[in-house]
Amino acid sequence: MSAQYLPVLFAFMGAIGFMAVMLGLNHLLGPKPKAALTPAVKFEPFECGVPALQRDNRRRISVKYYLVAILFVMFDLEAVLLYPWAVLYRELGLFGLVELVVFLISLVVGLIYAWRKGALEWQ
Amino acid sequence: MSTESATLKAYAAHPRTPEYAPLRFGTLTPALEQAPEDGTYYLNMGPQHPSMHGVLRLLLRLDGEKVVECEPVIGYSHRAHEKMAERGIFAQFLPNPSRMDYLGGMIYNVGYCQAVERAFSIEVPERAVVLRTLCCELNRISSHLLWFGTFLLDLGAFTPFLLAFQDREKILDILDSASGSRLTYCYANFGGLALDVPEDFAERTRQYIKEQRAAFHTYHELVTGNVIFRQRCEGVGIITQDTILSYGMTGPNARASGIAYDVRKAEPYGFYPEVEFDVPTRDEGDCLARYFVRFEEMEQSLRIVEQCLDRLPEGPVGPKKPLVRVKPKPGEYYHCVESPRGQFGMFIVADKDPEPWRIKARTPSFSNLSAMAEMLEGTMVADTIAILGSIDIVMPEIDR
Amino acid sequence: MTALLDTLEGTLGGWGTTLLVGFVALAGLITVNAMFMVWFERKVAGWVQGRLGPMEHGPQGTLQTLLDVVKLLGKESIIPAQVDRKVFLLAPVVAFLPALAMLSLLPYDNNLTMTDVESGLLLVFAFGGVSLMGIFMGAWSSNNKFALLGGMRAVSQNIAYELPLLLSAMAVVLCAGSLNLGEIVAAQTGENGLWFIVMQPVALGIYLIAATAETNRAPFDIPEAESELVAGFHTEYTGMGFAVFFLAEYTYMFIVCGIGATLFLGGGDGPLLPGPVWFILKVYFLLFLMVMARWTYPRLRFDQLMNLAWKFLIPLSLINLLATAAVLKFVEVGS
Repeated sequence: MSAQYLPVLFAFMGAIGFMAVMLGLNHLLGPKPKAALTPAVKFEPFECGVPALQRDNRRRISVKYYLVAILFVMFDLEAVLLYPWAVLYRELGLFGLVELVVFLISLVVGLIYAWRKGALEWQ
Repeated sequence: MSTESATLKAYAAHPRTPEYAPLRFGTLTPALEQAPEDGTYYLNMGPQHPSMHGVLRLLLRLDGEKVVECEPVIGYSHRAHEKMAERGIFAQFLPNPSRMDYLGGMIYNVGYCQAVERAFSIEVPERAVVLRTLCCELNRISSHLLWFGTFLLDLGAFTPFLLAFQDREKILDILDSASGSRLTYCYANFGGLALDVPEDFAERTRQYIKEQRAAFHTYHELVTGNVIFRQRCEGVGIITQDTILSYGMTGPNARASGIAYDVRKAEPYGFYPEVEFDVPTRDEGDCLARYFVRFEEMEQSLRIVEQCLDRLPEGPVGPKKPLVRVKPKPGEYYHCVESPRGQFGMFIVADKDPEPWRIKARTPSFSNLSAMAEMLEGTMVADTIAILGSIDIVMPEIDR
Repeated sequence: MTALLDTLEGTLGGWGTTLLVGFVALAGLITVNAMFMVWFERKVAGWVQGRLGPMEHGPQGTLQTLLDVVKLLGKESIIPAQVDRKVFLLAPVVAFLPALAMLSLLPYDNNLTMTDVESGLLLVFAFGGVSLMGIFMGAWSSNNKFALLGGMRAVSQNIAYELPLLLSAMAVVLCAGSLNLGEIVAAQTGENGLWFIVMQPVALGIYLIAATAETNRAPFDIPEAESELVAGFHTEYTGMGFAVFFLAEYTYMFIVCGIGATLFLGGGDGPLLPGPVWFILKVYFLLFLMVMARWTYPRLRFDQLMNLAWKFLIPLSLINLLATAAVLKFVEVGS
């Protein structure tokens, strides 16, 4: 059963090998100027040609999107839950449809609630 | 000619008395040393940035994607044009104005010549007047076409840029055949033009007008009706009439907010009093309004060009010998023309010397850029680019 | 060639040989696809914009991309001073990591799938998330504000558009009754099989929009919006590191269009020509649509992009799902 997933593992290894060849070739073929001759400004982060205003730029940045991210987690989980149902739909009879309607209504109500609450607006 | 121009009259006639807004330059720079503590951060946009239209540097304080504060930093292409004027005789300054605004070079060149001619009462033959007007309008179309292309490029659409450049190329060819240069013209002389136009000039221009009208149709089909384009422009970067008046904005940007001020109508010069054209205005004042106003202006310019071609008289285009040394009369003189970006004024102070004592250029983009800083606050990074593109600034004209 | 295969089979066994040959073929497909796509994109751009596109190297400039790759191989790879070195170097590898696995899941023809698993469709979507990690690693480690903004945008955009992608594909799963990509194709090609584009045109529309957004392609290319963020998340990358992000992007374009062709256009189904040829033709037809969109539309703004996903695509795909389920049930009850 799990043996059929083995090629996926090999594919990952293959991708790593492919990358190793590409990046390694670049490393081999690319010029390597002497550090002493290279101006330090070459290694500055790019900020449109002037020195960066703050040195450390790995920081929290407010994307104002926290609520939407939470919404995504909910909806994504529910979407994944629906997949097995979709596969077995034909065997579930009328019950399957009723179940879907109930499930979707709860989803849609949630979406409408979030929408009306302004969770989808960019503050 | 007095310095109290019709501009001032038009502004004074407006019902509101605006408070003059403080300029935004230098407001953020002192605060840069320490990082803000409220989670915002500073970002340099420019001078080396794909959509800064030359070398503008926008210093932004951002809260995530939102602009909290903005300060334009200018001066990266300062070349001391005004100082150059003082170092030579009037004729030696002739090539300079078209280098200030390289997109409206013909208009700047003609504007300077007209200022000197009006100041020192130099006669210009009728044919030269008509040809100057014609070339200026062609130049205006080419500038607006470039604006159209780069504005759409700022919004992320690449194709209109190349389409616009293909059409602009035709104008450049026509102006090249007349003046010998493609971008920074030095076509007008004191008292006329340097050269007469070639024989096939009228024919080529008429052909171009026909092609351009067809091309406008293509632009509208590709861009104007596009949903994404509408969403990016509608209601974005609204400039109120108060802002316009307090910063002294002119040109298409003012007309897109409902201020029907156009130097060509308010203080007619050259052949403009003789031709028929409308001054298109919009009331919304957003990016879309500026887009429409510029488009309608291009159509009006085509009308003017057609009328000039129909009524082009025969005769000389200038004095037999180039008028190198003008005889200055001491005094202060101001003359303004309508550049593609607004009112371009030349303020000349002359004494008895053959060199000007002082030349001051009033360029429209400086006012437009100052007002932009106010508009940007509270918008998103993507809107910043859209608004900057819609304002149509030319940096060398601000820095001079 | 046969001798070589025999030797391989001697050492690796039959299964290993199939695997090795398959992966070499897929690696070739990745490289050729990326090179072809860059050339194709530039040619289409030229055609749209009334110019020629690349013409210099090879007939119609076909060798242009090959030379571009050679040039990029010979470029210095600059690692800026303040970057997080390990993450910075690892990011392109992670971005590319799932590409081969996803390609191996595609059904190129009936029974021509390298990895034939029951949950194929789900697996493809799951792997899609891994490349996003690579993009964000690159953005975060670069120590560059433009890159960081681009990375943040990429994350928000990708999570917002994953839902319409999943939900539109689910409508097809309902019709086919399987997650196995081979069986989904089989459901469209049988005796009275019908391509799902006929039953699910709305889902196809949603899928194409969401797939364009998932691959960060114009008009949804806001993570690398060059007029705003200079180059977005790969601002600090040079040489091959930069090229790998592009390689990954073009490979994912191929993959989402491959899934699109499988779900809606009947995979390798078609008259006269062999299956794999039909499959490739359909994939490149969908890719052509994506390229045309890039050269036609302006870019959306960030919040508009989100509104499109949450307020239009997700409700629409839910309605589509419900309608599909209801119609299927009524047809079933009726017959």
